[in-house]
Amino acid sequence: MKNENQPGIKEEVVISTRGLHKSFGESQVLKGIDLDVFKGENFVVLGRSGSGKSVLIKIIAGLLKPDQGVVNVLGMQVDKLTRIELQALRLKMGFIFQSSALYDSMTIRENLEFSMVRNFKHLSSKEINVAVEEVLDAVGLKEKINQMPSDLSGGQIKRIGIARTLILRPEIMLYDEPTAGLDPITCTEINELINEVQSRYNTSSIIITHDLTCAKETGHRIAMLQDGNFFRLGTFEEVFDTDDIRMKSFFDYNFIR
Amino acid sequence: MNIRKSVVRLINTFYLILRKYKSGDDLFSQRVDSFFVDTHNIHKFIVRFFKELFQKPTEFREIIRQCYEVGFKSIPLITLTGFVIGIVFTKQSRPSLVAFGAASWLPSLIGIAFVRALGPLVTALIAAGKVGSNIGAELGSMKVTEQIDAMDVSAVNPFKFLVVTRVVATTVMIPVLMVYCTFVGLLGSYLNVHHNELTSFVTFIESAFSSVSFLDVSSAVVKSIIYGFTIGIVGCYRGFNATNGTQGVGKAANRAVVFSMFLIFAEEIIVVQITNWIASF
Repeated sequence: MKNENQPGIKEEVVISTRGLHKSFGESQVLKGIDLDVFKGENFVVLGRSGSGKSVLIKIIAGLLKPDQGVVNVLGMQVDKLTRIELQALRLKMGFIFQSSALYDSMTIRENLEFSMVRNFKHLSSKEINVAVEEVLDAVGLKEKINQMPSDLSGGQIKRIGIARTLILRPEIMLYDEPTAGLDPITCTEINELINEVQSRYNTSSIIITHDLTCAKETGHRIAMLQDGNFFRLGTFEEVFDTDDIRMKSFFDYNFIR
Repeated sequence: MNIRKSVVRLINTFYLILRKYKSGDDLFSQRVDSFFVDTHNIHKFIVRFFKELFQKPTEFREIIRQCYEVGFKSIPLITLTGFVIGIVFTKQSRPSLVAFGAASWLPSLIGIAFVRALGPLVTALIAAGKVGSNIGAELGSMKVTEQIDAMDVSAVNPFKFLVVTRVVATTVMIPVLMVYCTFVGLLGSYLNVHHNELTSFVTFIESAFSSVSFLDVSSAVVKSIIYGFTIGIVGCYRGFNATNGTQGVGKAANRAVVFSMFLIFAEEIIVVQITNWIASF
């Protein structure tokens, strides 16, 4: 597991939330989340299904609005931004969806180019081609450039999802269940890719998962989200060094099963 | 006595409906609520469309692609329907006109019917079924698989790319398809007329357009523009707001068609009334 004191992590906060509340109808999902993610850090949020993990990163990305509380990303308060300012911020933020959400009517090349041709109009098609090939090379899928998303396996789709965000050179990566539905070997490959992305592109990440191997392999700090708040926070060992039955059952399910 | 009983029964029924509505837990009150919520949201959706229509980027290539999807790909269906309606309408109208010794008026009747009503209406209904459902299902599918959110987080405005381009395409292409449908319908009609009266094509077209006024043509074009806008905006609205997975995609497509058709008929009545009012001057 990575160490919090590993070189590369700076004390500069890139994502911060204070008193974040979110409800859907009667159900209160987040109840005052306070969070700081530092530059160069992989911050893992663990929790059961439906505990509000994905809601948290969707609020950070500005896809959902919080009922209460403040979200700051790279020094900008997300809910106060205009649409154009939010678009500019999103260029610095990559979001990898659980389903990868590739545009299924486009080829892999078109998927990767899509945002780039619209946001970097000064770039020539040759420069865009170079960027596409470079990120495909980084995720090890250069040969799939002209295929459709439906031709790829689950693991390959995840990799292309990561490549699609990497092409914009984001400072922040938000991963929503990056290893969900994958076999153990592909999970290991994705975990390695997350670490490689972090070291190669010096990104700061929030990784939402309930896969403890993923949390252990990728996370500098881990938070356990339960009942709308962070129940435990620290390194992997600190979080799971407890007799609390909720943590034990989570640990046992992942490692003993 | 019976009238009094009926009135009392009607008031009781109304009272029961009102009481149920106030409790807010029955299907009726939910439908009423969703109708008003939908009306408000569609209004907001249309306002957003006009705001974003004139903002950059123009997404010109995507508009052209959508025009091809809406226009070119609808040609086979429009051709078949327009042609068949032209033949059938002529065949059905002939006996009545022949009975009054007015068979020579047939081309004029067909011309007026196609330009004023059949051309725009048939095109709009076919496009609502084909294009409207396609837009509703495509955007609905993109919504439930988070592709629209993915566009949003990659700093591309999904409303501009998906909605504005499609609505512009339907608004531009439905009038073009209407003109095409009218000519194909007239061609079908001509074949029938020619088969019976050996009329030449030029004579048929001259007769067909002899009673068609500028107002008829302009109202048909205006109607088609309105229908095109309606089909695009309703399809996009339904798709953009789809929920509940694959079932939601089916519902979005279905609702796009049903609601577009309902609005097309309502708009037809309104435009005809306005046209008649203008014609009376």
